[in-house]
Amino acid sequence: MKFSIVITGAPYSSQASASALQFSRSVLRLGHEIHRVFFYADGVHSGTALAAPPQDETNIPAEWTTLAQEHQLDLVVCIAAAVRRGILDEGEARRYEKSGHNLAPDFTLSGLGQLVEAGIVSDRVVTFGA
Amino acid sequence: MTTLHLINKTPSESSALRDSLSAISDGDALLLIENGVYAAMPAYAERFTRLPRTIQCYLLNNDALARGLNDLNPDFGAIDYDGFVELSCRYNKVVSWF
Repeated sequence: MKFSIVITGAPYSSQASASALQFSRSVLRLGHEIHRVFFYADGVHSGTALAAPPQDETNIPAEWTTLAQEHQLDLVVCIAAAVRRGILDEGEARRYEKSGHNLAPDFTLSGLGQLVEAGIVSDRVVTFGA
Repeated sequence: MTTLHLINKTPSESSALRDSLSAISDGDALLLIENGVYAAMPAYAERFTRLPRTIQCYLLNNDALARGLNDLNPDFGAIDYDGFVELSCRYNKVVSWF
């Protein structure tokens, strides 16, 4: 079955991203497919490359990058939600003349159309809210 | 068309549980996750007594254990993340209330 996952809660302030990670691992382990993971609203903070949690805690952004590399996941961060919260890729940093960019590896910034498309082509969309 | 209703908030911190119970239909299921598992404490059992028998209730045991909860409402089946995925497949839609 084809799943898409939506995350609207920020890591470390809500459980949404951590729950979604565990759910996604089960989805893949059981032989299903993940069409896309869409990070929306405060969920965009899962896409930062600069998170530096204590070593005995889970690095949630890094866990997403690892899972994406193992399973070729499409991790999409809502661009409008991201840039207003300071989550920028190289191109957006240049556009807004910022001193740096911080979008983590294997994440991409894109629009809400990617969420709509995920809803159309997926058998199930599961939302993890804040 | 059946729906799996996901609740991730305690009954006291949000209206998610109340809202979901007012929208739930015959043949649907309820799954408590994250702080939602607190709704399976015996003190809240009365809220579920009027649910039709066709509605199955579950809780994500990982989240109950993480909160040190035991002796929970026996009407809720304890499942793990694999069970969560299986329920998502069994019901036609998954709706999150939060």
